[in-house]
Amino acid sequence: MADVKYVQATRVYAKDAPPAVDALDLDIKDGEFMVLVGPSGSGKTTALRMLAGLEPLDGGRVEIGDKDVTWVHPKDRDIAMVFQNYALYPNKTVAENMGFALKMRHVPKDERARRVQEAARLLDLDEQLLSRKPKALSGGQRQRVAMGRAIVREPQVFLMDEPLSNLDAKLRVQTRSQIAELQRRLGITTVYVTHDQVEAMTMGNRVAVLAGGKLQQCDTPRQLYDNPVNQFVAGFIGSPAMNLQTVPLTEDGARLGGTIIPLPTAVRTAASQAGLRELVLGIRPEHLHLADATGEIKGEVMLVEELGADALLHVRLADSGNQVVARTEGRKPPAPGQPVTFHVAPDDVFAFHPVTGARLVG
Amino acid sequence: MTAVHARTRPPRAQRFREMSGHIGWGIVAWVAGIAFFLPVLWMVITAFKPESAAETWPPKFTFSPTLAEFRLVFAGWGPFVTHSVIATVVSTALVLVLAVPAAYALAIHPVKRWRDGLFFFISTKMLPIVAAIGPLYVIALKTHLLDSIWLLIILYTAMNLPLAIWLIRSFMLEVPGEMLEAAELDGAGRLRQMGEVIMPVISPGLVSTALICVIFAWNELFLALNLTTVNAATLPMFLISSVPQEGLYIAHLSAAATVASVPVIIVGWIAQRSLVRGLSMGAIK
Repeated sequence: MADVKYVQATRVYAKDAPPAVDALDLDIKDGEFMVLVGPSGSGKTTALRMLAGLEPLDGGRVEIGDKDVTWVHPKDRDIAMVFQNYALYPNKTVAENMGFALKMRHVPKDERARRVQEAARLLDLDEQLLSRKPKALSGGQRQRVAMGRAIVREPQVFLMDEPLSNLDAKLRVQTRSQIAELQRRLGITTVYVTHDQVEAMTMGNRVAVLAGGKLQQCDTPRQLYDNPVNQFVAGFIGSPAMNLQTVPLTEDGARLGGTIIPLPTAVRTAASQAGLRELVLGIRPEHLHLADATGEIKGEVMLVEELGADALLHVRLADSGNQVVARTEGRKPPAPGQPVTFHVAPDDVFAFHPVTGARLVG
Repeated sequence: MTAVHARTRPPRAQRFREMSGHIGWGIVAWVAGIAFFLPVLWMVITAFKPESAAETWPPKFTFSPTLAEFRLVFAGWGPFVTHSVIATVVSTALVLVLAVPAAYALAIHPVKRWRDGLFFFISTKMLPIVAAIGPLYVIALKTHLLDSIWLLIILYTAMNLPLAIWLIRSFMLEVPGEMLEAAELDGAGRLRQMGEVIMPVISPGLVSTALICVIFAWNELFLALNLTTVNAATLPMFLISSVPQEGLYIAHLSAAATVASVPVIIVGWIAQRSLVRGLSMGAIK
C-alpha cells in the first residue's frame, strides 16, 4: 500500500498541440479511492497511463510510495490495471488470466491457485467459471475477471480505466457499489478514471476534475457539489447540470427572470473590481423551488420530464427567454404552457466570471 | 403488435420477391461453381480413361475406367514428389520464421520508416519474374546452386516472404493494444508477449498464411523449369515431362495433374476453418 503523487506531471503528444496533461499536481493518500473525471480529451486517461508507465512523461514526475517511478518499467511499479475493454487473454482460461501476473513473478503453482480462488470468492465468481475461456463469459463476468486479475496481484495501487463503461445501465450501478465496497475492504490505493460524474461522485473519496489537460479542482464529492471553484466544475458535477445564465449586473444583484437576485457584497465588489457589467449566475435545478405565485423568478413551462420520484421542468424565463431546468416533486408537476414562479435561496446562487469562468466568491 | 405480425407473415408479394431473390442468387452461385469445377471434373474423369478414349471429340462419357495411367504416374514421380515436399515445407517454415518477427517490427512496435519497409517488401513482387531469371541463373551458376534443392528453397522463401509479411502484419494489427499493455503490466517481456499473447491470437492467420505459401510453392513452375533439371525437379516439372514428343498424352497428363493437386486440396481441407477465420479476421471483431 502506498500513496501516489503527481508532481508537475506533463505529457505532450504533438509539438504544436497543447499538452494532453498539463503540469498535473495531485496527492493521493494511502488507501484512498481517487476518481479522475472529465469529458473526453480532458487528459484523465493519459494521466492514468502515465502512472501505469504506459505513457512517458515530458515533464515533472510520478511517485508511488515516496519513490520516484517516472522512469521505472510498468512491471516494476507494483500496480495493477483494469482496462476499459478488460483486455483479457482470449486463449487463456479465467484462472490462467487471473494467475498470469503471478506466473510471471514465479509464484509457485499451488500458491497461485489459492490466490486465484480467493479473488474469485471475493468477486462472487463461480468456481466453474475458472476453467472457462473469456469468450464463454457474459460482459459482467468478464468485468469481474478483469477485476480479479488486478486483485490477485495484491498491488500497491489499482488503476482502473472506465471499467464499467461496457456494462449495461443496471449492472453498472450494481458493480459500481461493489467495486467501491471492495476497495474499502481491501484498502488499496485506487485511481479510477471515468467520464461519468455520477460514478465519480458515488465512488470516490475524492474526485479530481480535469478539463483540457488541466486539473480544475480536487476535493470530496460534497465539496465539489457545494463549492465548485469555477464554472466548468459547477456545470460538470451534478445531474441535471447546473443552470448557468449570463445576466446583467445591477446595483445590488443580478437580473434574472424578471427579478433582481441579490448577491453578497463580496461578490459585487469582486465583479466591480474586475470591471464586469455582467456575470454568469449558477443555480442548481434542485435549488429552484416552485412557489405558487409568490416566487420572484418568473417563467413558463415548456417541457416536463417525468422521472417518477421527481420531475424536471424546462422553463423559459420571463425576461431573457433563456431556458433553465428545475427539479420538482414528481407527483403533480405543472403542465407545459403553465406560468410558474420560483424561489431561490441567496446561498444557493453561484456567481462566475463570464470570461475566465472563475468563481466570484462571496 | 402489427410489426411483429408483419415480420412473421410478410405480404405475399414481398415474400415472392424475397424468395425469387434467394433463388436468383442460388442459380448464380451454382452456375459460377459449376463453371469453376467443370474443368477439374473433366481432368479427374480423363485421368481414369484409357489414352485412346481421352482424346475423342465429342468427349465420351461411357468408358471402362482404368488405373493404368495412375500406375504410370506413381512409377515415375518419386524424386519429383520428394523435391516438391522439401522445397515447399522448408521454404514455408522459413517464411514463417522470418515473417513473424518482420511483421512484429512493422505492426506492434513499428520501427522508424516502417512504411518504406512495407513498400519495399511488396515492391519486390512488382518486377516480372521473367526479368529476373537471367541474373538469377547466373548467380545460381556461379554459386554452384543450379539444380539444387537449396536454390528452390531460397527462391520460394524470397517469393512468398513479402506476401506473408503483409498478411501477418495485418493479423497482428488486430491484436488489441490493451492486451499487450496488460501483459506488460503483468510482467511479461516482449518474447513472452509474443509467445503467450500475440501468437495464440494470430494463429489462425498464421495457418492460412502458411497454406497460401504452401500452395504457391507447390505449384511454382517457372523457376523450377529454368533452374533445375534432375536433382531438384519438382512435381510441376513432372507434369511437363509427362507430355511426350509424340503420341497421346491427355489421360496421362490428367492423372499426373490430379495426383499433384490432391495434397493441396487435402491441406486446404484441413486448414479450411482457420483459413476462413484467418482471411476474414480483419472483417469481423
